[in-house]
Amino acid sequence: MTRRTTMDPLLVFPNPPPPELAQCLDLDGWSWKAVANADAAMAEEPDEGWSGAVVVADTDPEGAFALCRRLRKVEMPLQPLLVLVGGGQLDALELRDDLFDDFCLTPLRPAELRARIEHLFSRTGRGTRPELVEYGPLALNLETYQAAIDGEPLDLTYMEYELLKFLAAHPGKVFTRETLLSRVWGYDYYGGARTVDVHIRRLRAKLGEEHANLIHTVRSVGYRFGQSRWGI
Amino acid sequence: MDTEQVGEDMDGGPDREHRQRDQQAYVLRTVEERGVRLIRLWFTDVLGRHKSVAISPAELETVLDEGLQFDGSAIDGFSRVQESDVLARPDPSTFELLPWADPAEPSGTIFCDITNLDGTSFEGDPRQVLRRNVDRARAAGFEMFCAPEVEFFYFADSGPDPQPLDRASYFDLTTTDVASDLRKQTLHMLEALSIPVEYSFHEDGPSQHEIDLQYTEALSMADSIMTLRLAVKKIAMDRGVYATFMPKPLNGVQGSGMHTHLSLFQNGRNAFHDPDATDGLSATARSFIAGLLHHAREITAVTNQLVNSYKRINEGYEAPRYVSWARNNRSALVRVPIPKPGKVDSTRIEYRALDPACNPYLAFSVLLAAGLRGIEDDLELSPEAAVNLYDLSRDEQREIGVDSLPDNLNEALDEMEASELVREALGDHIFEWFLRNKRAEWNEYQRQVTPFELDTYLPNW
Repeated sequence: MTRRTTMDPLLVFPNPPPPELAQCLDLDGWSWKAVANADAAMAEEPDEGWSGAVVVADTDPEGAFALCRRLRKVEMPLQPLLVLVGGGQLDALELRDDLFDDFCLTPLRPAELRARIEHLFSRTGRGTRPELVEYGPLALNLETYQAAIDGEPLDLTYMEYELLKFLAAHPGKVFTRETLLSRVWGYDYYGGARTVDVHIRRLRAKLGEEHANLIHTVRSVGYRFGQSRWGI
Repeated sequence: MDTEQVGEDMDGGPDREHRQRDQQAYVLRTVEERGVRLIRLWFTDVLGRHKSVAISPAELETVLDEGLQFDGSAIDGFSRVQESDVLARPDPSTFELLPWADPAEPSGTIFCDITNLDGTSFEGDPRQVLRRNVDRARAAGFEMFCAPEVEFFYFADSGPDPQPLDRASYFDLTTTDVASDLRKQTLHMLEALSIPVEYSFHEDGPSQHEIDLQYTEALSMADSIMTLRLAVKKIAMDRGVYATFMPKPLNGVQGSGMHTHLSLFQNGRNAFHDPDATDGLSATARSFIAGLLHHAREITAVTNQLVNSYKRINEGYEAPRYVSWARNNRSALVRVPIPKPGKVDSTRIEYRALDPACNPYLAFSVLLAAGLRGIEDDLELSPEAAVNLYDLSRDEQREIGVDSLPDNLNEALDEMEASELVREALGDHIFEWFLRNKRAEWNEYQRQVTPFELDTYLPNW
């Protein structure tokens, strides 16, 4: 399961939402807030705005589409917006294409709902910001497994990426080789500390001369990424 | 300074299944994110030649899951009369983007293990042979690290009359050293391919170069050597130059070797080092060296597999002719460099027979097997060869009990054929195929009338 960084909540209608929907959102770690109507949506809007909306239209279609209209017919329309409609309500979607981005049929099939939410909210990049690890010129996108330095992609092997990710996620801390072995390599490492040294050497080469010193060797202890928290 | 274990609330080490899935996802995602257009599946035939099959990104996921089926009989050594289909199974930990690919069409590479259709490891695959030997060492608690010094020549072309690019010698840095640009480019590419270079310099011979790689564990180093040979040749070719790993391309000029530094680690410590020994060398190291020396003649066909390999060994220079060991005697087969003070972890031995035309998977396999056998059999190490063995007559050498390496491929094959150790290390399939193939090479060579004969005999007879 994807771990998500803190994000602005999704707007959910109605309040309370159907239990299957709430459960599904909770299980996948989405932050959300249910609202009863458009006024509540405005009143409770977070500072950074809603990061998306899931509107259930099968029990109260009029209220639901009124809400959709209020959310979309404004200067900054809210998107993405997913509507959940009953199988007999498909007609209601006609001529309302501008009010939603995708729809899902009720009764809910949890797997489908999750897939649609995942698709809609991760593609648009608002709801789930990909997990980022950033330090100075270095950026790692944990979702896409891509690392870049000064905006230039780094070509890493899997283990180099894993090692860099671990180090960059804990800047300023000194790790012994043994700790790195057990945390990064886990079950299958051989040759002990040497394996770590080999990969550190490779990583520094790939970071390039200018940035190789992001990884410091701490004599007779291990390695540290970035500046020490004590300025040493 | 604060050392700390990351919070124990984090999950412990990644488990195997998760790791495999994650590695696969890493490859697939990288291919997608970087717009990779072609993925080259790499493997190696019994003779150590690089093989490649390209697939499209659309096929990648299936190939990662199920492998790529191909006809093994299309490749030397991968052939059997029946059941010739085999599977190439990519090893996702080796996935790299190819640094010399056209940026508009990024390519990825990935080394493969070859299996039978039923998933059992295919006995004709050298990479699996090395895996098996590495596993055997691990079962005994050892991990072998290798650091080769790879020598090669640049010539104007691959024609029969090789023309060196320059006449510079050891460590020379001259404006005529056109190859220095080539070498710089090559080093850059190697670093981009996760192959750290320790040193790179001009060797003794005209147009000869050496690249020393930083140690890593045996399987990964064998992969690195395959990649290095390809990179060196490719970069040379792009500049209209021919790079060769042929062991002895020029008469009267030293050949290209691949001296390889070896060390064994056990429980994270260098098993070759013993702080209590007067010379710092552990009993394990001594038995390992003894094993290498004891089996040296048997493994030479594998470490030096060409007819031409023996021209290098016979001529001397830095090639070891004699089965002996020493600390600071470059005529010895096994040299034990003295580690710098405080650097006991770099305690290692250097095996000097190897040449860069070997199959690194098989060569490391027999070296490891010979050394381990020395440890198992608790072999005693003979005294160090203190004198330059080249200065001794054959009789004097015999007197101090120094044997020499085989004179030629034929003799090496005889030694190999009688070796239970090499048969076990390589497995029956490769052992027998290798002998057949190499006997044929020798017989072919025996029938050749050489320039030497024409020059020497034609005017006189």
